[in-house]
Amino acid sequence: MYIQGVLTVAMINIISATGLAVFTGFTGLFSLGHAAFMAVGAYTSAILTYFLGVPYVLALVAGVLASSVVAALVGYPTLRTRLRGDYFAIATIGMGEATRVILENLKITQGARGLPGISQYTTLPVAAVAAAIVLALARNMLASVYGRNAVAVREDAVAAEMSGIHLLRTRMISLVFSAGCAGLAGGLYAHYLAFIQPVMFTMVQSTQITAAVVCGGTGSLTGPALAAFVFTVAPELLRAAHMWRLVIYGLMLVLIMVFRPQGLMGYRDLSWSTFSTLAARIRRRTPHGKR
Amino acid sequence: MLLQTTITGLAIGGIYALMAVGYSLVFSILNFSNFAHGSVIMLGAYAGYFVLTRAGAPFPVAIAGSMLAGAVIGVANERLAYKPLRVRNARPLYFMISAMGVAIFLENLVYATLGAHFYSYPEVLGRSIVRIGEASIGVLDLFALAFSSVAITGLHLFLQRTKSGLAIRACSFDMTVASVFGIRLDRVVGLVFAIAGALAGLSGVFLGMKYMAYPTMGWITNKAYVAAVIGGLGSLPGAVVGGIALGLLETFVSVYVSSIIRDVFSFSALVLVLLAMPNGLMGKYVEEKI
Repeated sequence: MYIQGVLTVAMINIISATGLAVFTGFTGLFSLGHAAFMAVGAYTSAILTYFLGVPYVLALVAGVLASSVVAALVGYPTLRTRLRGDYFAIATIGMGEATRVILENLKITQGARGLPGISQYTTLPVAAVAAAIVLALARNMLASVYGRNAVAVREDAVAAEMSGIHLLRTRMISLVFSAGCAGLAGGLYAHYLAFIQPVMFTMVQSTQITAAVVCGGTGSLTGPALAAFVFTVAPELLRAAHMWRLVIYGLMLVLIMVFRPQGLMGYRDLSWSTFSTLAARIRRRTPHGKR
Repeated sequence: MLLQTTITGLAIGGIYALMAVGYSLVFSILNFSNFAHGSVIMLGAYAGYFVLTRAGAPFPVAIAGSMLAGAVIGVANERLAYKPLRVRNARPLYFMISAMGVAIFLENLVYATLGAHFYSYPEVLGRSIVRIGEASIGVLDLFALAFSSVAITGLHLFLQRTKSGLAIRACSFDMTVASVFGIRLDRVVGLVFAIAGALAGLSGVFLGMKYMAYPTMGWITNKAYVAAVIGGLGSLPGAVVGGIALGLLETFVSVYVSSIIRDVFSFSALVLVLLAMPNGLMGKYVEEKI
């Protein structure tokens, strides 16, 4: 039961990390407040199932839509300033603060006390299927023309724009997708924990997602997913180190930027062919070893 | 009431300006948002606190101590976390992630070692109040305003009148060309981080005296960053104008509207300014340097 719970949370974190991987890893923008998108998704879907009795799946979809809309509202004025990604980053901090203040002061969210007694619909299979869908979607999206455009924008925005790529549109699509993933993760999370509170969606959560993406590797999908998994499971194994977890995350971000900015799996992805080439290499090597 | 709000707003705006100048100074040279600046301010506040209480030193010594600590931390931060990236010409995104890492690292290191509790400064300046007409203003606010004006004026003179200042201005214009003309980039960048750190230490002491010292106080400085963006990143006069405008806005909102939604107002102001003037009020360029 406990292991199942940890794995469910890991799946949820994989979803939000995949979203951020598209945004930071492939489009080259930085967000400091992805937890706020999670909060919007979590509260929207929880309120829908809790107060209005909306079916679970529909509520999740509504959560995704709500966080995408919020993302578009924050993203448009800040990403519109052409080549400056920093403005968006600071706007996400503001959005995080504003979301917290609003959630703590609205009646329907029951303020800082939070919403208890949400139905526990999210199980491991549900979360795993959702994660698989998100990963497949992200993979296809990045393999499409859109994905190439996003990478071009990341590598050199000026050159990309000169080749006729619409900067704002490319960045907005990436943002909306990424916020949608965060919203989905939030909705799943709310229906897994059965209780949500504004303080759950703070910098700590955002930091964890960012750390997973950066360590997993920019320009990779499986890297961040793997890292998100490890970052969820490892702290459970090392409960004692709880206080130092964030210290280590911070140190890790700096060390990776200094020594290996592409992350563990930068610009590469695990796929079936990776395994088959690996297997082939091992097969080729073993006879020599035996002789 | 109006006069009092204005002066309180100016005092808070002065501290914001002091912090925003630190952001803008680094931005003008390295072209990225140094999110670690807030942590340096936080450490400055702790340094000032410990010099005052543990060493029992007088107030001016505490200010000097925390400015020194801020400068040292700032330079160490640059040398360890940014220089390797600078040397290989990394993208601003990488600098930002590294800065974020430093901020998270320092904040949680303090949290893990000194604990989450609030250190309240001893009452050096007392709670005494000066009356100007009908307004009563805290001595602390007046000191904050005076110190930040002096520091910012000093910085302005330094940048305009000295040779090192000229080097900094040259680098902010174009680092490569400046280095071709024989300016030592390492030295200039170090100097910039030392100045930014010293200003961070100074503002840390005043923030600590106003709101106490605690690990996450660095996040107050997000507001200073907002001020820098409103004024136009990379522009020092812009940082000052943005800081004071934001300080006034916040004080007026919390007095006349509601202090709960104060932050929502500040960030909405940011979005509105960016919509109307993507450069900020006094920014020079919209685009990242190519």
